[in-house]
Amino acid sequence: MPVTVRLFRGGVHPKEGKELSCSEPIRTAPLLDKYTVILHQHIGAPPKLLVKNKDKVRKGQVIAEKAGFVSASVHSPTSGTVKLVNCHGPAGSHTPAVEITSDGKDEWDDYVKSDPDWEQLDSNECRKRVEQAGIVGMGGAAFPTSVKLSPPADKKIDNLILNGAECEPFLTADHRLMLEEGEKILTGASILGRILGVDKISIGIENNKQDAIDKLRETASKYSVEVIPLRVMYPQGAEKQLIFAITGREVPSGGLPMDAGCVVQNVGTAAAVADAVRERKPLIERVTTVTGKPVCNPGNWKFRIGTPLSKVLELAGGIKKQPAKMLLGGPMMGMAQYSLEVTIMKNASGVLLLDEDEIAQFGSQPCIRCGRCVEACPMSLMPGTLSQMIESEKFDLAEYTNVMDCIECGSCAYVCPALRPLVQHMKRGKAEVIANRK
Amino acid sequence: MAEGKKTDIKLPDPSKLIVSSSPHLHNGSSVRKIMWLVILALMPSCIMGVYYFGFAAFRVLAVCVISSLIFEYIFARMMGRNNDWKDGSAIITGLLMGMLLSAGMPWWVCVIGCFIAIVFGKQVYGGIGFNPFNPACVGRIALIIAFPKMMTTWVPTRFMDKSFFVFDKSLLSPEKIEQIKGMSHLPFFHSVIDGVTCATPLGVVQTPFKLGTATEQLVGTVTDWQHVWQYAIGNIGGCIGETSAIALIIGGIFLIAMKVIKWYIPVSYIGTVAVFSTIVHFSMSPPALPGMVYQVLTGGLLIGAFFMATDMVTTPMTCKGGIIFGVGCGIITCVIRNWGGYPEGVMFSIVLMNALTPLIDRVTANRPFGKKQTSKTEA
Amino acid sequence: MLDLVILSAVLVVCMGIVLGLTIGIVAKVFEVKQDERIELVEEELPGANCGGCGFAGCSDFAKAIVGGTATPDQCPVCAEESVEKISKILGLETEPNKVKKVAVVLCGGDKNNAKFEAGYNGINDCKSAVLIGSGVKGCKYGCLGLGTCARACPFNAIEIKNGLAVVHPELCVGCGKCIETCPRNLIKFVPETVRIHVFCNSPEKGPAKKKVCSVACIGCRKCWKNAEENQIIMKGFLARVNYDFPPPPEIVEAAGCPTGCLRRTDGD
Repeated sequence: MPVTVRLFRGGVHPKEGKELSCSEPIRTAPLLDKYTVILHQHIGAPPKLLVKNKDKVRKGQVIAEKAGFVSASVHSPTSGTVKLVNCHGPAGSHTPAVEITSDGKDEWDDYVKSDPDWEQLDSNECRKRVEQAGIVGMGGAAFPTSVKLSPPADKKIDNLILNGAECEPFLTADHRLMLEEGEKILTGASILGRILGVDKISIGIENNKQDAIDKLRETASKYSVEVIPLRVMYPQGAEKQLIFAITGREVPSGGLPMDAGCVVQNVGTAAAVADAVRERKPLIERVTTVTGKPVCNPGNWKFRIGTPLSKVLELAGGIKKQPAKMLLGGPMMGMAQYSLEVTIMKNASGVLLLDEDEIAQFGSQPCIRCGRCVEACPMSLMPGTLSQMIESEKFDLAEYTNVMDCIECGSCAYVCPALRPLVQHMKRGKAEVIANRK
Repeated sequence: MAEGKKTDIKLPDPSKLIVSSSPHLHNGSSVRKIMWLVILALMPSCIMGVYYFGFAAFRVLAVCVISSLIFEYIFARMMGRNNDWKDGSAIITGLLMGMLLSAGMPWWVCVIGCFIAIVFGKQVYGGIGFNPFNPACVGRIALIIAFPKMMTTWVPTRFMDKSFFVFDKSLLSPEKIEQIKGMSHLPFFHSVIDGVTCATPLGVVQTPFKLGTATEQLVGTVTDWQHVWQYAIGNIGGCIGETSAIALIIGGIFLIAMKVIKWYIPVSYIGTVAVFSTIVHFSMSPPALPGMVYQVLTGGLLIGAFFMATDMVTTPMTCKGGIIFGVGCGIITCVIRNWGGYPEGVMFSIVLMNALTPLIDRVTANRPFGKKQTSKTEA
Repeated sequence: MLDLVILSAVLVVCMGIVLGLTIGIVAKVFEVKQDERIELVEEELPGANCGGCGFAGCSDFAKAIVGGTATPDQCPVCAEESVEKISKILGLETEPNKVKKVAVVLCGGDKNNAKFEAGYNGINDCKSAVLIGSGVKGCKYGCLGLGTCARACPFNAIEIKNGLAVVHPELCVGCGKCIETCPRNLIKFVPETVRIHVFCNSPEKGPAKKKVCSVACIGCRKCWKNAEENQIIMKGFLARVNYDFPPPPEIVEAAGCPTGCLRRTDGD
């Protein structure tokens, strides 16, 4: 197969930093005494709580049920006793959560058992199992997978793309997953393909992960999946850019991938789908990279959902020195955290600590119109000009200048010599535009 | 779990963490770094200028830089922007101002020019980032309007060979010739002699052309290889900074290589001048204007194209816009040079195109990803 | 020489007269009839164009008053006498006892007594700051102190004191511009005469509040017990002054609020 390297416009290439953890095999975290599972972990409606204080739950039991079309169920990560609490969410606000004190038995709920006849299931049954397992996009956006798998009848889906780009610096969770559980990912891919009725399944991987590309190519043809190497460029893993690189199609402004006939799923999601359909396992654990220079032992771990950051960092051997930033997710789009209570959620691809000399120190200098952001923007916007409009609160003008197309990838702020917090401006602008539309 | 181990595991102290918006990485660029790289890129031509014009040139440059810094400091503080002066942009404006003046310029003219450049060219609009026109161009244009005689009087370089056709007619005064007779070159510290002036190459050619007295012989002389070599190294009359073509090109290529400026503005600007002048050259028979090599190497084109038309604040942001900007500058420059009232039109062309920048930016905005190219309808 | 000077002077004068007459005639012929009361009303208005009345500036408001679509007391800024004067111009009756309202920021957590859980690096604007980690202040309901309201105030009545927005009631005219700028909805309109407030807006439980702020209302109900019925309203762990039926200022001393959250604004 010829080595194709696909491109998209703009982008930046930050220092990768993946060498810290890319050769560390995935380790499974030991059972903890306590897990705090946040209820609202996904985009969409918050789920409906099913348990109350002092209830006994079993591992995999639904503790909050999908409420609405765009929503997802949440399951107990272990067996134990329930306590309803408010905990510090990753967005900083206090959010309702369920604290489960482990009884140490770690017993699965009855319905969780391996299904030998899974290959005979029809697509509806498969979709139902994905929905029941509470699977959401595990790359970062946490969009409920079942929604992506139920496109409206008028949208013809002909492409399923698995996202193994992992363009965020430092993160290696998907990389390790592809190396170690490639089989599972490919199974998941074929299940997803079956649900969507799509023949063309491709998996895009940045070509700095040659070992993963080789590994998956060994068996990919068996599952009729095409492995496509991608240029190393941030944000290669952004949905719209990935679709463009692989199919040459542009997702229309304001539209979803399904408007371009594509469905994009993270490789981690595919693996979770395989588990859900074959073994009926709900999504209660995920692979997360714990890394950064201040971390003693960077590595890749399989954490249960609800593991607090304090435990995460303890398992990684603690820190060598005080970091300047603690992030959930990658360094380009992740969220800065300031509480060790925050827990691993379904979309937490990494826990990253950054040193003082690595971080961006934003200032309030004026834009010097150097145009670097314009060059870097993968959406071909004018971030500098937009930020000036938003600064002067001209939100109508910003909307007209396409602020809503911003994907908040951070490429603009990464290159801005005036150190303007451009993404924050965009967030503000988008929030105001949405508020005005209502 | 292992309780004993816990004691020596250190966890981050949340109160010392910083919270900010994503992205959390930065490529390390800064406005100050950009400014210092530009200053570094200006150094070769400054050094060549000082070498050719002696201490007088150094004095002009120093006066301009220092006065620019002082004005920037005072006025930025007055407007409540206390740290503006630290970014180095005033040094660039000062250096460019100095480089666009003759080495024989009195100090007070330099100071006035810098005052206009910094205060009326930049600070009144709100400081760096908000000025519509290149400050140094504004200063220089103000001076050329206010002191037209002084601004078109040039001193010869220290090594000027009196046999060169371009220069000799400027050294007319017999007693002055007497004064410097016997010196192979002028001393470094007394490089400017009162009353000794010379013309710039452009002046020598463009003025007769406009008067209709240009001859084929004149054109032939100024474009022979000996003269071209002098233009390249900078042994010609003119502003301190715009003489040495080689030094300017080195600086410009350095900036492009360091990704401080984009290639498309200088290339389209210089290219347009080259093409335009070639057409003009060959459209006349006998040619009364020299061709492209002469037009590109002499005058303020190189300093303008590499250092002033690429000023980020006042030029378009996109590639398309940059090329439009460069082509526009090139055409205006040639038109002013050949048919305008001044022998040189670089400053005017840049300022004129600066005025068009917002419009160019608007017209050439990239098509957002996923947006269909539709005709823009204003609300 | 002299005749030239005289000639030009005469010419200029003549030209002035002719042109002046022309303008005068044209103005008379094409005059647009405008109610002269509009001008009179506008003179009485403050002219700050704050927009507090809901119209685009004072002259727009004046037109509306004369046109009958607005009443003079809609201006939150005007002194009572101006309202009376305007009413007199229009021959309207006004209720004389209109109480002026001023804004108050119901948070007492400045940098010393409220906990900031981490450092913030970003835009110096409250509305932008809440988008990042919900603001780094420990209390998710407190003032962020980045001064968006202070910049919005056309009368410079809001000051950021040690990371806390404070309204100066004597400068506040009650235009209400600040109210919508606060992402935490901390700014409330209160009658100017009421000078005691509970400087807390957090509905959280007492102990949780105490953890992040030393001047929070911990819901001890001391003020509630010391006040007459309905003068203080308890909403869970948060006491509120009933601005329609305010308690006497002495209640501050009588109640002895343990955190100093119930305070008078005229004392200091």
